[in-house]
Amino acid sequence: MGLFSNLLTFRGGIHPPTCKERTNHGRIEVAPPPSRVIIPVAQHIGAPADVVVKKKEKVKRGQVIAAAKGFVSAPIHASISGTVKEVGPAYSATGQRVECVTIESDGEDAWLEGLLTDRPDYMELPPEELREIIHNAGIVGLGGATFPSHVKLAPPAEKPIHTVILNGVECEPYLTADHLLMLERGEEVVAGLRLIMRVVGAKEGVIGIEANKPDAIRHLKELTKGDPNIRVATLQVKYPQGGEKQLIYAVTKKEVPSGGLPMDLGIVMNNVGTAVAMFRACRYGEPLTERVTTVTGAGIVTPRNFLTRIGTPFGELTELCGGFNGAMGTVINGGPMMGIAVPSLDVPVIKGTSGILVLAKEELPPREYEPCIRCGMCVRGCPVQLVPSALSDYGETRMLDELEGYNIFDCIECGSCSYVCPSKRPIVQFIRYGKREILAERQKQRDRQAAREAMAKTAEVAA
Amino acid sequence: MADEQTPTPAPEPPPEGASTPPVVEGSAAPAPPAKAESAETAPAERSATAKPAGDAADKPAKKAKPEKKKKKKGLPEKELVLVGSSSPHVVSDETIPRIMYAVCIALAPAILVGIYCFGLQAVKVLLLTAAACIATEAGLQRLMGRKITVIDGSALVTGLLLAMTLPPSAPWWICTIGGMLAIGVGKQLFGGLAHNPFNPALISRVILLISWPVELTTWMKPGQGFANLGVDVVTAATPLGLMKEELIQKGSIHVVSQFHLMDGLFGLNQLGSLGETSVIALLVGGIFLFYRGYITWHIPVGYVTAVGAVAALFWGIDPSRFAPPAYHLMTGGLFLGAIYMATDMVTCPVTNRGMLIFGIGCGILTYFIRTFGSYPEGVSFAIVIINGAVPLIERWVRPRTYGHNLSAAS
Ligand code: SF4
Ligand code: SF4
Repeated sequence: MGLFSNLLTFRGGIHPPTCKERTNHGRIEVAPPPSRVIIPVAQHIGAPADVVVKKKEKVKRGQVIAAAKGFVSAPIHASISGTVKEVGPAYSATGQRVECVTIESDGEDAWLEGLLTDRPDYMELPPEELREIIHNAGIVGLGGATFPSHVKLAPPAEKPIHTVILNGVECEPYLTADHLLMLERGEEVVAGLRLIMRVVGAKEGVIGIEANKPDAIRHLKELTKGDPNIRVATLQVKYPQGGEKQLIYAVTKKEVPSGGLPMDLGIVMNNVGTAVAMFRACRYGEPLTERVTTVTGAGIVTPRNFLTRIGTPFGELTELCGGFNGAMGTVINGGPMMGIAVPSLDVPVIKGTSGILVLAKEELPPREYEPCIRCGMCVRGCPVQLVPSALSDYGETRMLDELEGYNIFDCIECGSCSYVCPSKRPIVQFIRYGKREILAERQKQRDRQAAREAMAKTAEVAA
Repeated sequence: MADEQTPTPAPEPPPEGASTPPVVEGSAAPAPPAKAESAETAPAERSATAKPAGDAADKPAKKAKPEKKKKKKGLPEKELVLVGSSSPHVVSDETIPRIMYAVCIALAPAILVGIYCFGLQAVKVLLLTAAACIATEAGLQRLMGRKITVIDGSALVTGLLLAMTLPPSAPWWICTIGGMLAIGVGKQLFGGLAHNPFNPALISRVILLISWPVELTTWMKPGQGFANLGVDVVTAATPLGLMKEELIQKGSIHVVSQFHLMDGLFGLNQLGSLGETSVIALLVGGIFLFYRGYITWHIPVGYVTAVGAVAALFWGIDPSRFAPPAYHLMTGGLFLGAIYMATDMVTCPVTNRGMLIFGIGCGILTYFIRTFGSYPEGVSFAIVIINGAVPLIERWVRPRTYGHNLSAAS
């Protein structure tokens, strides 16, 4: 149980079965380019990109089809060559209906001319230029957070960065995309790390990997041997070891202040897949048009790992895996702990799709739940030391002040509490509900305040 | 990955009407109402059917609804039926019955020692008390129209625990009334499992002790239970009882010098309640519960250490009037109370620090009641009293959340 383990870890956490055996070997298979892609313009945190193509327009792979709007945003590129069939709302893998560009393939799969470059000396470029390349390549956090990467790489001058941590933990059960990526593209992972260190001016680089991937640990240790600035940190197998704050604590024994960012501690963290994408953008001029994703779960005939184009409908990938074996109930974008159930198989792979998980209906949590028996298991499991039992009770009864007193906004919604609860309470749902209600309440108060001020002003004018 | 959830998925919760809490079942309603229904009417937080789902199939009347939803959302007709869900999409196989039956298993060694020592008499007390608890639970739940949850094992646990605190010679009606009090007054009166502020078994024991002190303090010697069932029980006082008598009558204690540590550890030759005599047997079960993650060390260790520490302090002051720590640790229901009663999930704090404070409080109070109170044994009273302080402890003792109060961190 890791009770006496001396591996690095955080406080709290749980031990769900990892379920990685079916896909953690073999190779990443290249999925054939699909005949049709659906590319949402909102695939990142921040402002959705602006569509810059029109219906019937011919596009090439790598061509910008939606431009970044503002600093915290990222451009979107065509992932195949073909004709724009449609621009309009459709379901994305986040379960929301968003603006999407649908492209029908011309079968040529041609890159935009003049896009790809060969830059063996990319490490000589000034950091600003590298950051610009990364921004233009549309790279966002590929671990699932989808935060635009160039923003993370632009810390203000008063917050110097000394350490870059690469997140190769992959603590979500079932997922193996990062694991295989580290095995097959270890060189690019390390090159990506060096690239990020150069851009932010960090001296130290750490690659964090959970102890259940000994082959990846060995491989990356081998590749970084002789580099005194880079080390591989082996982490205890525990969920959510790959949570940003949890991994930072595990590696540095420091805590990101509540409401703060890793850069407050002089740290930048990126997913290993993101590092590879950044390397390829800077080295070869490749924008982000594909990613590695695991297609797995009890409902899938032959689970596999794919290198697939952004915008590939889920259904095409599950087809490539031999389809469903009858046990299908829910299809999830991401892992079982934090992923999002999708409304249909037409939703596309997006930049944050680390896996497509098909769970049988029987595997889902029961709908019924019991009152809290105060067993304390959620408290011991919470990786940020909240009291989830109190949050769920106060959420259920909508006691908003109490919720704030219990630091509800520090909850990372990792799901550990709901997972362990013997009463099967939907704790995370109560917490999300509570957060929403508090924000709505604050907004209401602001509105009221504004109305009062406006009224006072009119009164003044009148007087 | 921390912000993975930030874009809230559409098919997820949206509670209709901003101020409706996500679940219809109010916690004010003391009993959990029929869950199947509340899950249906609730804005289906957990498994909202994002599509006309097979889920609704068992409720044909409801089928129409998801159909409408589908039209509204304009989902394409053709493809498969997906079941909606909200993260986390998997949960552990831990359940309330699983915990309760694990507690029963943990109690088995001490129960077996009790049966070995007190024979059929012990079997009788155990069966009667457990049966009374189970029957009362089922009867009351039925009477009040609550969901019948008697198979979840919690009534059985209460029954066993209560029986273990009773003298093996307890008459049948004590067992029956005790069981009814535990479930009726200790649990269902407050709304059933999870709503009771006090440990039901101990509430019952306290009422019994006050109402029938003679029956509750008549002890039988080990080793005679198989021969004579309920008749001619040779009685004597427990070690703690002896100590108190001597202290009152002579002003000093001698009984401690006759006490053998081994008796306390193995409990094969000691007077006392049915299940409290063998410290080793109680520890074995406690380690099992610890290993399964159902209890932590905080309460038992805090409790026992506090009793030992306070006892050592007084013994150091005046050894002729106060018993040595080992005597306090090895006698009475200390380990039964510290491992199984004080750790009762529903009635102890949820946080580690809260539990430690709770345990220490129980320990100190136990010592004072034993030494200065009018009853020889203090565990039941102490735990019930500190149970009452749990809301206070919860209010003031909270874990330091990650990223808060960083100066206090290291
Ligand atoms: S979801 Fe929130 S409250 Fe629950 S364990 Fe994770 S961080 Fe803690
Ligand atoms: S895990 Fe569930 S039952 Fe246990 S304390 Fe937390 S909310 Fe209550």
